[in-house]
Amino acid sequence: MTWLTDFFGDPARWSGPDGIPVRMLEHLEFSVLALVLAMLIAIPLGLLIGHTGRGGVVVVVSANLARALPTLGILVLFVLLLGTASIWPVIIPLVLLAVPPILVNTFEGIRGVDPELRDAAYGMGLRGGQVLGRVLVPVALPLILLGLRLSAIQVVATTTVAAYTGLGGLGRFMIDGFATQDYSSVVGGSVLIVLFALVVQLAFMLTQRVTVSPGVSQRLKIR
Amino acid sequence: MITFDAVTKRYPDGTTAVDRLSLEAPTGEITVFVGPSGCGKTTSLRMINRMIDATEGKILLDGEPVQGIDPPTLRRGIGYVIQQAGLFPHRKIVDNVATVPFLLGWSRKKARDRAMELLERVGLDLSLAERYPFQLSGGQQQRVGVARALAADPPVLLMDEPFSAVDPVVRTSLQDELLRLQAELNKTIIFVTHDIDEAIKLGDRVAVLRVGGQLAQLAAPKTLLSEPADDFVREFLGRDRGIRRLQFVPTAGLPLRTDLTVPEGHDGTADEPWLLAVTPDDRPVGWISKDRPGQLEQFGTFLYGQDPLRSALDAALLSPSGHAVAVDETGQVAGVLTRKALDQAMMEAADG
Repeated sequence: MTWLTDFFGDPARWSGPDGIPVRMLEHLEFSVLALVLAMLIAIPLGLLIGHTGRGGVVVVVSANLARALPTLGILVLFVLLLGTASIWPVIIPLVLLAVPPILVNTFEGIRGVDPELRDAAYGMGLRGGQVLGRVLVPVALPLILLGLRLSAIQVVATTTVAAYTGLGGLGRFMIDGFATQDYSSVVGGSVLIVLFALVVQLAFMLTQRVTVSPGVSQRLKIR
Repeated sequence: MITFDAVTKRYPDGTTAVDRLSLEAPTGEITVFVGPSGCGKTTSLRMINRMIDATEGKILLDGEPVQGIDPPTLRRGIGYVIQQAGLFPHRKIVDNVATVPFLLGWSRKKARDRAMELLERVGLDLSLAERYPFQLSGGQQQRVGVARALAADPPVLLMDEPFSAVDPVVRTSLQDELLRLQAELNKTIIFVTHDIDEAIKLGDRVAVLRVGGQLAQLAAPKTLLSEPADDFVREFLGRDRGIRRLQFVPTAGLPLRTDLTVPEGHDGTADEPWLLAVTPDDRPVGWISKDRPGQLEQFGTFLYGQDPLRSALDAALLSPSGHAVAVDETGQVAGVLTRKALDQAMMEAADG
């Protein structure tokens, strides 16, 4: 416990370029940037192949292959190739990590919508885009959000490892702490990372509550 | 009127789902497509709103070939009801019903008002309007499906086995409801089912299709039962064809005996083996047998002049007396249709 009070009680920890607020912002910046880029790639692609039903197998297989990639290895590879002058050597592996869960869940979510429902939507006279936007996406939203949440958690966790390459983020407290045998820094950093991950979880739960129709989540009780 | 002109649907693998189908579905009538699975009945239905495109031949909607109409535009003008209702789970009932009006660009208020009107019309409580589909029973969902199909007041309604996923009691009430609605609305309805009894109950005309998508017979239900075109139709109609035909024989004008009714508590002494005990306001209570005067026996009733002969026969069979009790709309006894009179009526039905 003293490690925690040492860490959080030290005013020096709360200011400067290696203080908690700055590290936190860096962590947030890397995570959000990677997640947004991954969404921009994976969601439209997932919607497209889920809706048209074409190319599904290829995507799922390659997404699963991508999942098997060792993120740390890729991180090191990119840092060796591109150096640490920019954040891209960190962002690119994070994006690669974040794309598969979003892509697979979006695709499966759309494809998994009851064919009767799709049929009814077309039968009512909705056009292809309307079927996707007004019926398939709202119905598949819980799965799509699940993919985003899985990705976000992974990205947040892996951003910690990114500190290894000399870039910022909350991982620095742990890496630097180990290097200098400053265990209050290690423990404090890990607590911050856990809190960070919990906040991300919470944010997604709230998003889910707000965006998913009660008719889909069946949150209301049946009267 | 919907016209099928030598319509064929062939799939790339060579199977023929519908084979040179030609028929007309008259305006304001219910035409039922019925047949075993694989007879192309659903395919035929879905070619009308271009959910499936015909390979050859023409389908005309009041003379205009549907193949020339942009499918979404075509579909917004045709009501479509499917088996599991296919309601949008993320939308409230009222918004589900207003789907097509919204698509047609109606104002939100007008569309919702219309939706409420239709919910009422299909016999749903308006308190359901703000609920979601999962909160409704299967039968209620199916009613919503019908309301949704009617929302933009399309002249044509396509119904693809709409009642086959609900239990028999609910199914019967949905069928009755459809007939009641149709009496008010006079839509041109194509109704697909695999259930010949449903076809006979609902259809003004019934098209029996055989496997491979050929039309075996197109006729009014009564004609179908009395003059099946061939062995396939005969077999598909199944057993009890004779009894089911009685469904179409009226009871109006059958001779009733009015001298068999006695007040409640009568001692049963008479020349007749059976007497019908009635309340002071002429409602039936039970049969009194000459042999067991102290006891009231079961009776069966039919609505005289409105129920068909089949109901009268059923009423007679329900009672040990063998006679059927004819009642009027108010439930008062109009008279007794004796076994003898019933026999005579059935003989005449068999001849005609």
